[in-house]
Amino acid sequence: MNPAAFYPTSTDILRFLPELILTIGGVVLLVLEALTGDHKDKSSLGYVSIGVVLAAMFAVPVALANPGVSFNGMIVSDGFAAFFRMVTLLVGLFTLLCSTSYLTREKSNSGEFYLLVLFSLAGQGIMASSNELIMVFLGLEIASISSYVLAGFLRDDKRGSEAALKYFLLGSFATAFFLYGISWIYGVTGATNLWAIRDALAKGTEAPSMVVAAAALMLVGLAFKVSAAPFQVWAPDVYQGAPAPISGFLSAGPKAAAFAIFIRIFQTSFDSLSSRYEPILWVLALATMLVGNFSALWQSDVKRMLGYSSIAHAGYVLVAVTTHSNVGTAGAMFYLASYALMNYGAFAAITHISGRGEKYVRMDDLKGLASKQPVLAALLTVCLLSLTGVPLTAGFFGKFYIFKSAIDHQMYWLSALGLLNSAVAAYYYLRVISAMYMYEPETTEHPGPVPAGIQLTMWCSAAGILTLGVFPGLVLDYANRFATFVK
Amino acid sequence: MNILAVLLILPFLGFVAALVLPASVTKRFVLAFSLFIFGVSLLLIGTVQMRPAVMSWVTDTAWIDTPAIRFHIGLDGTSLWLVLLTTFLVPMAAYLSQRTILHRPKEFFAYLLLLEFGLIGVFSSLDLFLYYVFWEVVLVPMYFLIGIWGGPKRVYAATKFFVYTMAGSMLMLAAILFIYTKAGTFDLPAILLQLEMGKISFTQAEELGLFLAFFLAFAVKVPIFPLHTWLPDAYAEAPTGATLLMAAVLSKMGTYSLLRFNLNLFPRASHDCAPWIVALAIIGIVYGALVALVQPNMKRLVAYSSISHLGFVVLGIFSGNQFGLDGAVYQMLCHAISTGALFILIGYLEERNKSLEIADFGGIATPAPNFAAVFLVATLASIGLPLLNNFVGEFLILQGAAQANIWWAAFAALGVVLSACYMLWFYQRTFFGEAKVQMADLAPREWLTITPLLVLMLWMGIFTQTWLPGISASNKVLLDRPMPKTVAMEVTK
Repeated sequence: MNPAAFYPTSTDILRFLPELILTIGGVVLLVLEALTGDHKDKSSLGYVSIGVVLAAMFAVPVALANPGVSFNGMIVSDGFAAFFRMVTLLVGLFTLLCSTSYLTREKSNSGEFYLLVLFSLAGQGIMASSNELIMVFLGLEIASISSYVLAGFLRDDKRGSEAALKYFLLGSFATAFFLYGISWIYGVTGATNLWAIRDALAKGTEAPSMVVAAAALMLVGLAFKVSAAPFQVWAPDVYQGAPAPISGFLSAGPKAAAFAIFIRIFQTSFDSLSSRYEPILWVLALATMLVGNFSALWQSDVKRMLGYSSIAHAGYVLVAVTTHSNVGTAGAMFYLASYALMNYGAFAAITHISGRGEKYVRMDDLKGLASKQPVLAALLTVCLLSLTGVPLTAGFFGKFYIFKSAIDHQMYWLSALGLLNSAVAAYYYLRVISAMYMYEPETTEHPGPVPAGIQLTMWCSAAGILTLGVFPGLVLDYANRFATFVK
Repeated sequence: MNILAVLLILPFLGFVAALVLPASVTKRFVLAFSLFIFGVSLLLIGTVQMRPAVMSWVTDTAWIDTPAIRFHIGLDGTSLWLVLLTTFLVPMAAYLSQRTILHRPKEFFAYLLLLEFGLIGVFSSLDLFLYYVFWEVVLVPMYFLIGIWGGPKRVYAATKFFVYTMAGSMLMLAAILFIYTKAGTFDLPAILLQLEMGKISFTQAEELGLFLAFFLAFAVKVPIFPLHTWLPDAYAEAPTGATLLMAAVLSKMGTYSLLRFNLNLFPRASHDCAPWIVALAIIGIVYGALVALVQPNMKRLVAYSSISHLGFVVLGIFSGNQFGLDGAVYQMLCHAISTGALFILIGYLEERNKSLEIADFGGIATPAPNFAAVFLVATLASIGLPLLNNFVGEFLILQGAAQANIWWAAFAALGVVLSACYMLWFYQRTFFGEAKVQMADLAPREWLTITPLLVLMLWMGIFTQTWLPGISASNKVLLDRPMPKTVAMEVTK
């Protein structure tokens, strides 16, 4: 190979621009943090990080305007990648907006928090756009390691530390599975590039069982990351224990990125194995929906309930992945985007309601919220109705497209059972709504006025939910156009 | 300008306005606005009545491109009256609630308009997807109306109502999606046309599955025995205004949809399943009546009587002939008027005595003779006395049932007998005997509410020609629809 090919060209850099901005921004923040000293108010660093994320968002269309692979096929800039970059950046933006006031409230405002979010976002961006198993692994690790630290960011909080440790141990175990899968597939095909693997497998290999085993190992690793049953046990503990803005971040951002790479690997490299892994995904999807929904029914802690609900939602997306089709991929893309809006909206509300030290996170603590803070309650209701899947919200169209793709592919039982599952889900979301609207307040303590960042997040997510609920085409047309990235 | 499209959008605009307006004026605004909507809806009658067999006031534009979802609405002789029923009863519910709803009135009145939006949408949608959207939209305001302003067990009742209906409608959504994969459209007339032309067809098993998926969703809403368990809780716990709308209009969503979708889309399965469904309907008629007989709570008594009356409607629909269908639609309207009147009057009793237990009342006829007289008319209408509205509906249904199978009519007639028992016994215990409470007679504002309903009871009982020709004509279209081609061939084999 010509050594000159190792020097990145300017197009290479443009295709990688969002992650580059995030990384540089993170490093700059690291320096700024050291320069500002201990006593200063660190909220200003939060505003800088918001600026960095906005810049990265503007860089996404730039990367999309230069489609193609860069760095010798390591990174690919296509519509699919741009879509997931945008979703994860949006989640990151929401997280930063909600975090400044949260960290001030919890008296642990420091610059590391913001730069860890930026690094995690860079990792997620790499996951969304990588075209190469080693890059996938790198992205996964960058995103995960930052997330482990973020989960335990409040060092004095026992539950947070427990969450971080659990997340770290189980997460690294899962990544090890994934890495082991990579090494096997490299052994069989001699390649780590997704397209090269697909071509090698299409030609036929000497050890087909090894390929299946490798795919299975990678499936385990990815199933952990998207919290699919039976690899979901970490999720509720982590989402309950982590700081509320980070719970929202973890349940929407890294999950979307993990789904992106899940879909990309299995529809590119392992395309020829689709008939073998479809039945497995079928079972995984159903099990994930069942475990998520039925466990959420009994929860009295709202954060934990949302944790289980996020498992259930991963199950719905898995239904779309199971179809192994462009329509299904587009459905999953739409769903993950709307899920990011509605789930983050819900966590933003919890961030505020929970109060200092996150004392008020039980269902009972929400009682009478509608009379104390009608606007916050109304916006949270919009998010919850969307999570339930009531028409005229984004969540409904998400479910609709997913189950439509499943029925298109003759998966009638999976669709019927999945849809009934979402009726079960209605029960636990309604518990929150009924607590807010149908009871008198139990606590006399008023949560203070809603901080501007949280308000902005909630208005944005509610507006997004309702807009996509009436005009789903705004996002779906895009998803449909770019779901065809491999075929 | 298309009046129906305007009529559909008005309640939604009103809902938004009600949320924005200051709380002090909301209740009067909603009353005035819903009356205005009623006025607008009256403009629809002429055109539909001239040609009731075809869809009038059609709006058909694209809403979403992929998959092709259309904003397609229209009215025929049947749906016209259900839309008018909605626009007529919403202002009534708003008027009733002016004095009774003191707790968070702003939201209450706003939800009434949102509910009206959903209901008009359900009765006028001609696109399966659009229909489903409105079907679910109705759930949300109703959930809040029961859950916030209901009785002591309101949260339980509201949640039960929501989850039951949601579970039913999820299967319907799956069925709608399946039909889409076959027909490539959600548009009801287009699907029916394709079925008639033989372009698409369902195998017997498919048709049965689809039929049942739709049927379950509607059966929960009607409700048909044994899916009725949410109803007494919901009716009894809701405030009077909401109970009125639930009993009078929401229950008709189910029966109307059975007629519009099940019979139209799945004629073969409808025919095959009819005996089973009729059996459930008759069980519902008798069971509802028997349980009503022993209810100590007035609202629950009328709620169970509703199960009985709605059993008649289902019986009429699945008789599958002109008399049965006409009777079913007529009975939908009659039940709305007479049961609505009963719930309103019971609401007045509750206001006066703060109780719904029959045992707490007695001898009301002496201090409140006018109240007793009005209540008697509503009671007799509900029993089905000739010259009052229910008689016409029940008579037509029994005639249709007898035409289909004489035993159906024989068993169903038991329900008529039983309804006389429980209603008259209820009336006797409440209005005659020793006076337990001192009670004011009907106030002018109460007369104002109940008079239109009394007039309608008589009008519908005597001048049936105002209503029936349009209903018959649109039912005739349904009955004359040829069996789908492929299925017809199987039959001849």
